This record gives sequence, structure tokens and C-alpha cells, in this order.
Amino acid sequence: MNERSSELADPVAARVTPAANAPTTGLVEIEQTGSLGPIQWVERKMLSRPLIGPLAVLIVATIVFSITAPNFGTLQNFSLIMQQVQVIAMLGIAQTLIILTAGIDLSVAAVMLLAQVAMGKFAVNLGIPVELALVLGILVGVACGAVNGLIVTKLNIPPFIATLGTLSIFYALNIFISDGESVPYADVPALFNWLGTGFQVAGATFTFGQVLTLVMFLVFAYILRNTAWGTHIYAVGDNIEAARLTGIRVNRVLMSVYIVAGLIIGITAWLLIGRIGSISPTAGVGYNLASITAVVIGGTSLFGGRGRIMGTLLGALIVGVFSSGLSLAGFDSLWQEFTIGVLIIGAVAVDQRLRKIGR
Amino acid sequence: MSVSTQTNLVMEARGLVKRYGHVTALDETDFEIREGEVLAVIGDNGAGKSSLIQCLAGAVQPDEGELMIGGEAVHLKSPVEARRRGIETVFQSLAVSPALDISSNIFLGREIRKRGIAGSVFRMLDRKKMREESLDVMGQLGLQTLQNIGQSVETLSGGQRQGVAVARAAAFGSKVVILDEPTAALGVKESGRVVKLIKDINARGIPVVLISHNMPQIFEVADRVHIQRLGKRIALVETSQIDMADAVALMVGAKTPADLGIGS
Repeated sequence: MNERSSELADPVAARVTPAANAPTTGLVEIEQTGSLGPIQWVERKMLSRPLIGPLAVLIVATIVFSITAPNFGTLQNFSLIMQQVQVIAMLGIAQTLIILTAGIDLSVAAVMLLAQVAMGKFAVNLGIPVELALVLGILVGVACGAVNGLIVTKLNIPPFIATLGTLSIFYALNIFISDGESVPYADVPALFNWLGTGFQVAGATFTFGQVLTLVMFLVFAYILRNTAWGTHIYAVGDNIEAARLTGIRVNRVLMSVYIVAGLIIGITAWLLIGRIGSISPTAGVGYNLASITAVVIGGTSLFGGRGRIMGTLLGALIVGVFSSGLSLAGFDSLWQEFTIGVLIIGAVAVDQRLRKIGR
Repeated sequence: MSVSTQTNLVMEARGLVKRYGHVTALDETDFEIREGEVLAVIGDNGAGKSSLIQCLAGAVQPDEGELMIGGEAVHLKSPVEARRRGIETVFQSLAVSPALDISSNIFLGREIRKRGIAGSVFRMLDRKKMREESLDVMGQLGLQTLQNIGQSVETLSGGQRQGVAVARAAAFGSKVVILDEPTAALGVKESGRVVKLIKDINARGIPVVLISHNMPQIFEVADRVHIQRLGKRIALVETSQIDMADAVALMVGAKTPADLGIGS
């Protein structure tokens, strides 16, 4: 994507010959605006360090529940919370990439289910070797991502509508392929369930799925921060016209984002099987909106161009901590729903405010 | 700037035509810019200034006519190609990405990767180098980023953002820098700073095309004025050979070049 960079090893130095007397009168110095009130100071900090908000919420909630809810503050419970949110968090990585481009993907859970039942179909019904079936299932996810990307870039259909359509299409295909029937635990190949198995640390059980989820977050955090592709994702979501004028091939970036999202979702399908133990065509149907919730609570702007992948992990964990904490403290589960609603609105309100001072 | 008769033309266009449906935006217009000069392009609304600039910047392709850069006939198929040939444009709709930091904006679309495995395998950007070079070019333009080159562009004022966009053009524009209405959205003080920037770029020997409505500003910085009217270049004169009132009269059609004894 960026072969040109190598030829321009030192573009500025090569082209900018210092003028005889370079004027350094500081006529256009970039100064900070005077003194700031405490609220503006916090806002500035949150603009430059977008993880502060969600991290603070997570830490405060964890401390409060550790004190008030019985059995909350144990390592086993923290591991359990992470197991509960890992699928949503992984879908959230794909969702974050797409939302950063100012898009949205309503079909993530449908893609995951389709990839999952395809894995089952290949391995259990068609007798394809398990390893190959796994790869083929992940490739189904990639193909679905490519379909979404083509609809968005070639047919110029807004991502919301495009993925609303493919949500129905992929879900219907999922029911068609699986015949609406689950593959019971006894018939699921061991490799498919591997991510649900794990190891003991200090008396608590951790799974390979949790490790995979963390690794994926680290990998994509690295990619977004340190590669040209990552920068271009932000640029496309931030100001698509500016990105185009600076020579970024906008449609190529969008297409690659949807394909990579499909890859992540395909891998998440594997994670889902390990999490629930069987292959069910109706598991995790509500995960479409849950993944968006994690992204939004994690501080990523639905308007694109602003946010951090690690915010999504924090967002998913916040949802998990509130669900676990409220339930262990004896509240009815309706209050979990209620709280998540408040968190979403709060997060978006903060984002609106930050965008306003950013204009 | 010296005005010898045989000054080389850095960029030249002959008989550019651009039609949009029934509208003829450019009607066989000519264009030229010499080495080292500041050329102002003025014209009333609908005179074809924007279409002309977009043709020069590679953002649109003319239906007819030819374009030459350094004497070589070229077809600019995209802004990327224009940029590769050393033509940098600061578009009126400021092409900056507000949430990205200053140096990411300056290097947007031509990022520098680290050397070795970090760059080739792990595709790692050399942020340090990009920041250093951004600081360097901003410093040379008198844009002293005493604060933080890593701060996002949205935290800057309008004039400062313009400064970033201009710095980007100056950093890479080896042949021509085109500025489309760089001060239209700015206050008096900030406009003054941008004018200073134009002079600084020009002082480094890079020719500048300035599209503007601001007559005093044009007469302050430009060596020559290109007057566009009804899709044509009706006059190309030294700023010293014409006064503001006559330039405006030509622009709006109150006078003709013949009235003033100037050739096109």
C-alpha cells in the first residue's frame, strides 16, 4: 500500500532547501489558548487521551462492586466476566474498524453464525478434515466481509442499509445451511472447542479464548497506531473528502476494512463454538447491537475518525462488570439493561461534546 | 522577482476546455506560471477559476487542451499524479483530517516507514522522523510549533489549520504550490499570517499560484495577475502595470483589455 514511501526516504529534507534567512519570527506560532477552566482541561485531556473516560468508569465500577457485591472481587469472577464478554469484544474489534471509517456493521453476528455453521457443516456433515473446515469457515467470514465491502464501495449504499440487508441475507443462509439445527456438544470436533478449554492460574480458570482475544486486541491496537493503513482508516472516517484529495484510495481502504473485519468475525466464530460448546444457528443473535454498545461505551465516535481499539475492550469489560456486579448485588437483570442504556447515552453525550470543541 | 523575457515556464496550459453538461466552465483558457513568481488568479464567480485550478491539480480532467509541466506535455489523471510531479494544492475545502495530529496530516498518504524489519515486515511508521521533519518544515515557514507537533489538528485555530495545510504543500511541492482561497474563511490577523506564509514559500524559490478575492492581498504578494472571465483568460499582467480598480473592472467586464491597452 505504501511502496512510495521508500523512494521518498527523506522527502522533506530533499525538497526543502533552507532559505537564506529562514524567517523565524514566529508569526504563525502554534500557541495553546490561554488558561483553561477545570472542565475544559478535562475535555482537552479526553480529546487527546480518549481512553481516560472508559478506563475511569471501569476502575470505579470495579472498586464499587468489589466493596458492595458479594463474591465480585475474586480472580475467578474477573475471569468469568471476561469469558462472558470475549465474543462481543472480538466482534467489537471488527465493529471498531468499520465505525472508525464512519460506517457501521449490523451484520457482524449474522456473519459469525454463518461462519460457525459452515465450520460445522464442513467438518461434521461433509467430513472435511477439521483443520481445513476451520480455515474454510473463517474464509466464509472473509467472503461475507467482502460482500459488505462491495455493496458499500461499488453500489454506494450507506453501510447502515447495506449491512441491514446482509444481516437478513446472512442470517437466512445460516438457517438454510444448518437447517435450523444445532450440532450438539458430543459431535463438535475437539479443535472447534479448543478455545473454550484452558488452564489454571492462582486457583482461577482461564481459557485459550481469552488469550486469543487479548492478543487480537494488541495486534489491532498496534496496526491502527503504527501503520499507514491504520492512519488511513482514521483519515477516511474523519474527513473522507480530505482523504481522497491527499491521494488515499478511499474505496480500497474501505474494502480492506470490511474484508479484515470479516476475517476477525470468522475467527470469532471459532471463539463462539468454544464458548458455548455446541454449534447453534441461533446463539448470540443479539450480539450485533452488543458489539456496537462495546464500541460506543469504549469512547469510539459513531461519526468516525475518532476512537481507540482498546476502548472497545474497556467498553466490553464495563458492560461485563456492570452485569456481573448488579447481578451479584442482587438486582434484577432488567437493571443491567437499564444501566447499559444509561452508559451508551452518557458515552455518546461525551463524544458529541468533544466533537463540538474539536470543530 | 526578475522579469527577464526568457523566464522559464514551470507550468503552462493551452486551450483548456471543460464542460459540465450544457455549462462551459472553461472555454479555451490559457495559463502559465514562471519560475519563482507568485501568480494571482482572479475572476468573478463562475469565471472558471475553480475548474482551472482543479485541472491544474489533477482533480478534474479537461475535455480539450494541453497541459505542460516543465515543457513536458502531461495528462494529470488524479491529484496523486499531480503531486508526484511536484504540484501541491491546498484546496479551499481544507483537506486536513481534524482528529489526526499535525505530523500525521502533513505526511498523510505518503507516510514514512521505519527502516529494516520493523518497517518492511511490521509496517511500522517512523513517527519520530515524521515529527522531526514536520517540525523542520514548519520552522522554516515560521510556523513555530513550540507546543506539540503531536497535538490533533482540531485543537488548532482556523489560521493554524491553514498553516498545517500550507506546510504540507510546501514540504512536498517541489515545482508549484497552488493555494485556492487560502484566506477566505479567516480573520484579518490570520489572513496576514497566511500572506506571510506565501512569501516564505516563495522566498525558497517555489512558484505559488494564489486564487483569491482579496485585492489588497494580491497586490501585496503577487508578481503577476491572471484575470479569468467567462471561462477565458482575458488578461495576464504584471501587478506593477495595473491598479486595483482596473483589475476589478476587467474582472467584472466593466472594461476590456483593449481599453487599457493590455494584451491577453
